Order: sequence, then structure tokens, then C-alpha cells
Amino acid sequence: MNKTNSASEYPLRRREVAKKIVDVGGNDFLLVSGLGSPNWDFTAAGDRDTFFPLWGAMGGAVPIGLGLALAQPKHRIVVATGDGEMLMGIGSLATVAIQEPKNLVILVFDNERYGETGMQETATAHKADIATIAAGCGISQTMTVRTKEELDLNVVRVFEDQGPILSVIKVKAEPLDFVLPPKDGAYLKDRFRKAVLGDKGIV
Amino acid sequence: MDWWKDIYLSLKEANIKQVAYVPDAGHAKLIEACIADNDIISVPLTSEEEGIGVLAGAWLGGERGVLLMQSSGVGNCINMIGLMRTCRFPFATFITMRGQWHEFNPWQVPMGQGTQPTLSAMDVLTEVVENPEDVGKQAKATLHRAFTGMQATALLLHQKLVPLKTFGK
Repeated sequence: MNKTNSASEYPLRRREVAKKIVDVGGNDFLLVSGLGSPNWDFTAAGDRDTFFPLWGAMGGAVPIGLGLALAQPKHRIVVATGDGEMLMGIGSLATVAIQEPKNLVILVFDNERYGETGMQETATAHKADIATIAAGCGISQTMTVRTKEELDLNVVRVFEDQGPILSVIKVKAEPLDFVLPPKDGAYLKDRFRKAVLGDKGIV
Repeated sequence: MDWWKDIYLSLKEANIKQVAYVPDAGHAKLIEACIADNDIISVPLTSEEEGIGVLAGAWLGGERGVLLMQSSGVGNCINMIGLMRTCRFPFATFITMRGQWHEFNPWQVPMGQGTQPTLSAMDVLTEVVENPEDVGKQAKATLHRAFTGMQATALLLHQKLVPLKTFGK
């Protein structure tokens, strides 16, 4: 294994990226955040009933976002996940490409690390390129964002361009404080359904 | 062997909108019928565990879905099934069984024999159906248990229901 990694020096900070996405996205988008740091990032930006943070189900963020996107075609669906979580469910990108959901955006916060287990390197610290994999699966719009200027352009596209979109956002590998959303899954599910579907969301 | 039509009718009656699947010989005709149905979104998967996520997402968005798979696919889903129990999502899956009787391929036996115990271990309620004439009512009961009873549930379609696979021998 050749170590050439410098993710600890990447300029983009994940908490600031999440805040920018929330600020630009307004109140209409629905969020599925993948196991680990993306949950803490978006909770730090301000927890909402329309956020569904995953405390488990590693590899499941994109499939959940897909089922939601197919059920709610009028809402923009944002899946925000990490590189480790995305790699575990990497086949789901091929599944998304078949459905071509125009309202689905996948944001991979790529710090090239498994954050929850001690910042061990993922495959993206070595050879894997998730944007290239996504393009190979047939995701119509893929990109990699590395700078603040690229991020400013990209965040607008996330909410305006036709999906499916996958954007890899290279973020600094850094230990951050936990900012925890609620963890009771039944509560998270029910509050989300009530926010999206109204009273009929509660059965 | 038209029992698949009874499952299809039960899906329609239960207002199922998303059908996730990995291609399977036992479910082939049912899958074809779902693909041909404009009121159902058919979602072919690369691995069965994606289907668990898709159904969770469908429910978050107000739609009902089911997962069609073979017994070997159950093993691919086990950790993800925890999502259904933790969040109390309704869950219905229809599983064509291998490794039960007249199994030509020994590689199908371990997961076939492990299907019901592993589902039970993950708190998924299981029923087995062997007779073609019982499939329809069992399918309806499975969907009722999931979407009215709010449970995680699987209907295991015994290998007797599917044509024997002999690899030309």
C-alpha cells in the first residue's frame, strides 16, 4: 500500500459544507444522511423533521434515498453520506442509474477515512474514485468538488439541475465533536412522515 | 403453476407501488407482470439488501413496497433488516426457497436451510406455503400483517412450488 494521502490538508471543512447546503437548499428538500459523520454535520447545521439520519444500516443511505425519490417525485431528495458508507453500498449506484430519478442528489463527503472507527483510510485514500465509479454505473451527472469556489457553484446545481446527480466533496480529515440527532428510529421515521405527509403519515 | 398471479393480485389489492427484486427464476413471471404494470415501479437491485433500503425510503415517502427474492438473498440482507425493526417500518417480502427438496445444487442448501432461522433471529415473522392453492390467501395475509399489523414479515414459497432445476442432468 502506497501512502500518498493528504486529506488532512483538504481546504473544505465538512461542517461548513453541510451548513452551506442547508442554507442554499431552503426548507423544501428532504435529507437522508448516512451512518456516521454526515449525521453530526447536518445536526450541527440544525436538525429538522425532514432529516432522516441513519445510526446504522451502513450502505443503505442511497437505497433509502432512491425509494423516497420514487415515492416523492416533487421533492428534491438529498442523500448526504460518507465515502466509507458509500463504498459499502456501491452497487446501489447502478440501481439508481436504472431508475434515473430526476429529483435525487447524492453528496459524498469524502475525507478518505472511516471516521467512526478511528480515522482509518478507506479505499478512496488509495485508488478508488467514487465519481468515476458513479459515472461508470450510468449516473448522468457526476463531479468532484475540492475548493470553496467549486463548492459555491456545485451547491446551486445540487438544487437546480436534473438528477440523478452524484457529487464527491473532498473534505478535510479532521476529528470533530459529536452533535447528535435523536436516535430512536421509530421516532425519526414518524416525525419524517408527519412532516412530509401530514397527519396521514401517522398510522 | 399460476400461483404467481395470486401474489400479483394481492399486490394490486394492497396498493403496492414499488417492487424491488433481484432476478429469480421462481419469481420470473411475477416480476414480468410488475414490470408491465404502469402503476408499479419495478426496481431491479444489484444485491437484495438494497431492497430493504428502497422499501424504507418508499414508506418514508408514503408508498408501500415489497421485496421479491430467493432464499440465498436473505443472507445478503440480515444487517439491513435491522433497519426495519429499529425504525418499526412495515416490511413484506416473498421468498422463493432453494435447498429444501430435490435440490440439485449443494451450494444452495446452507442458506436455504438457514433462511427461516436467520429471519426469525432478526425478528421477521415467517410463514411457509407449500400448496399452490394457498398462495393467494397467504400472500394477502402477509401484506395485511405488514401494512395493517405494522410488522416485518416474510412468506416463504416452498421449493415444491417452483420447477426443479437440474442443469440438464
